[in-house]
Amino acid sequence: MIKPVILWSDVLIYLLVISVVAFLIQLRKRPQTRERWRSVFTSKVGMVSFVVIAFYVLVALLDSLHYREALPPSGEGEQTTAYSSEVKSVLDVVLHNLHDSNEKTYSAPFAIYSFAKENLEADDGSIYRDYPRLEHAGKHLADASEQTFDILWRTLVALMTGLIIAGVLIALHKFVMRGGRDADGIPWKAAYITIAILSMFTCWVIQLSEFYHVMGTNKVGADVMYSSIKAIRTGVLIGTLATMVTLPFAIVLGISAGYFKGLVDDVVQYLYTTLSSIPSILLIAASVLLVDVYIETNAADFNLTILRSDFKFLALCAILGLTSWTTLCRLLRAETLKVSQLEYVQAAHAFGVSHTNIIKRHILPNVTHIILIALVLDFSMFVLAEALLSYIGVGVDPSMHSWGNMINAARSELSRDPFVWWPVISAFLLMFTLVLAANLFSDEVRNAFDPRTVKEGN
Amino acid sequence: MLTYIIRRLLYAIPILIGVNLLTFALFFMVNTPDQMARVQLGEKHVTEADIEQWKAERGYDQPLFINSEAEGAGTFTQTIFFEKSIKLLAFEFGKSDEGRSISADIVERMWPSLAVSIPTFIVGILVNICVALLVVMFRATSFEVAAMALCVMLLSISPVFYVIGGQFFFAKLWSLVPISGYLAEEPWRFVILPVIVGVIAGIGAGTRLYRTVFIEEANKDYIRTARAKGVPELTVLFRHLLPNGMIPVLTSVVVIIPSLFMGSLLVESFFGIPGLGSYTLDAINAQDFAIVRSMVFLGSVLYIIGLLLTDISYTLVDPRVKLS
Repeated sequence: MIKPVILWSDVLIYLLVISVVAFLIQLRKRPQTRERWRSVFTSKVGMVSFVVIAFYVLVALLDSLHYREALPPSGEGEQTTAYSSEVKSVLDVVLHNLHDSNEKTYSAPFAIYSFAKENLEADDGSIYRDYPRLEHAGKHLADASEQTFDILWRTLVALMTGLIIAGVLIALHKFVMRGGRDADGIPWKAAYITIAILSMFTCWVIQLSEFYHVMGTNKVGADVMYSSIKAIRTGVLIGTLATMVTLPFAIVLGISAGYFKGLVDDVVQYLYTTLSSIPSILLIAASVLLVDVYIETNAADFNLTILRSDFKFLALCAILGLTSWTTLCRLLRAETLKVSQLEYVQAAHAFGVSHTNIIKRHILPNVTHIILIALVLDFSMFVLAEALLSYIGVGVDPSMHSWGNMINAARSELSRDPFVWWPVISAFLLMFTLVLAANLFSDEVRNAFDPRTVKEGN
Repeated sequence: MLTYIIRRLLYAIPILIGVNLLTFALFFMVNTPDQMARVQLGEKHVTEADIEQWKAERGYDQPLFINSEAEGAGTFTQTIFFEKSIKLLAFEFGKSDEGRSISADIVERMWPSLAVSIPTFIVGILVNICVALLVVMFRATSFEVAAMALCVMLLSISPVFYVIGGQFFFAKLWSLVPISGYLAEEPWRFVILPVIVGVIAGIGAGTRLYRTVFIEEANKDYIRTARAKGVPELTVLFRHLLPNGMIPVLTSVVVIIPSLFMGSLLVESFFGIPGLGSYTLDAINAQDFAIVRSMVFLGSVLYIIGLLLTDISYTLVDPRVKLS
């Protein structure tokens, strides 16, 4: 028996998915915008980075389905089932091998011996100091010398499995697409190769983590690969949710400033100049401290650790969003000023069309490209900002898996001797891949939607 | 020109008041002086009398906005808002919660900040412009593609990793410079690493920005004319493109200059440099809001000066722009 747990951030992220689907359905009615989007996907870079981002989003979505497991009944006649206080997600089911195989402390990637020496008892009862065998990693090996062959063999099997899974997916896609349009100029081959690589990598991680710690373990013996994969949810969510918070402020204030001019314009300009003249990191740090105070005074509302960290996380998204809508607002105001001077908008005024209708029909569609470009650009900025803020201690809750928290721990780890490099490398690789993909994708979106680049291309 | 500057400075006053109101609301509406006193004195074994004394010593025992007990102007002046916020407008920073003079601290800590930020700023701009020019020189070759791909990669690395990487390779592995810290006697030894890290971390974004500026300039008619007349490519780049391209570069740079005083919050705290940036972060962690408020105010003043300088620099480099 399981009991679903619905966190606020889960609700928001699935609402976001629904709105994206709605947006895609609406896109069918607008051939021009659809052509723009198509041009994003006709470039290989755009396609590959999209597949990578989609993979990260998929992991984040799987990690956003939470539940609590029922505890085994303690007595005979017990009627009510008690539930474990540990909240798990669907992703934890996939990664159960990583989650359940805790060691005592640090161990290097693929190591079968611990990182630290311990007092061990020899067969004759004497005590000596040496590196003990790990509890979980490599316990199936009879002899330590078999390790290299074992890893290679399992890698080969895992890669083949991954390839087969990817092959099935690709064949399925080809079968579905056969009835539809053909030779549409979209570089499917690049997408297929990316999918194959991702699938092979996933299989490799899952299969090898059953027997080894692929990226070693951290200070408390938890698998590093597990923490860095769990951090994907934090990264993706902070990028999307914080961007979503900026949108309403930037759009409503920016467009009304540019459209109504006069007093409205003065007030909006005053608002964003004031906000942007405060060093943003100070504003964020101060607001995060206030959220901490709020949680402390209302401790009763946050009885589960995960509820507290989730609230703090959402507050961080809101704060990040609230402090960074000013740039987009300024751009939208300028563009709206320009668009509202155009003749057909003036004509609409003369015909007595209402303000709401003019904004909806004429202004909004003409500034969408700016919103879109800002949207994709901000995503990677927020992912990077989270790591930075967690590093200085005003980011997400320390109990939450995040790359920032991992990097924060690396500060002391790198000064150890011999140094512990694997947590920081693991966080680096996963974070770098996401931000790079997001940056490349946003470049393609900008090329497709920015009128200036279109002109240059011709 | 003078009237324009005066008008802009007058316009800055409501903004600074807004900044003050916002920070005041953030720090005092949610976090009462009682809570601040508890944080400073420690949670345990604190009596009401201790808290009252702490508040009285630092002037937090007055009402927030309106003092109904005082007479005349005192109704508004004998309040926390006036004492702690309005006085900032006259650059009276007062004392930190520890009792030190904030102005003295700022003057003392300004120099280490400048020692790091000025070299980072100058070297950074030079490096970025050189790389951007190089990329423009090899326009439409595989070198440009590779360089721009590299820029996106550098851009995608979190600044934190540059710091960690720099400290690890330069300081720990090769022992070229100290990992962190600062000595006023020989600052250069401690400043080199932050400067290198700062410059490298900025290359990705900087090169992309300046390349766009130069390419926009390269598409203009006078460059095409020069090329058509058979002027050598290098002359075109250095005699025509660079001086004209410098105008947008310079104007975009001027806005940063005032913020050099504040230093970089992050670089300073990572490298243990006792500048204004680490001062602020320490104050945030210690919840010393008197310092944080002063630094927020100072930061906003510098930002507004920066905007004004940008506008003035437009007129200096481009005679067509007239401020009115």
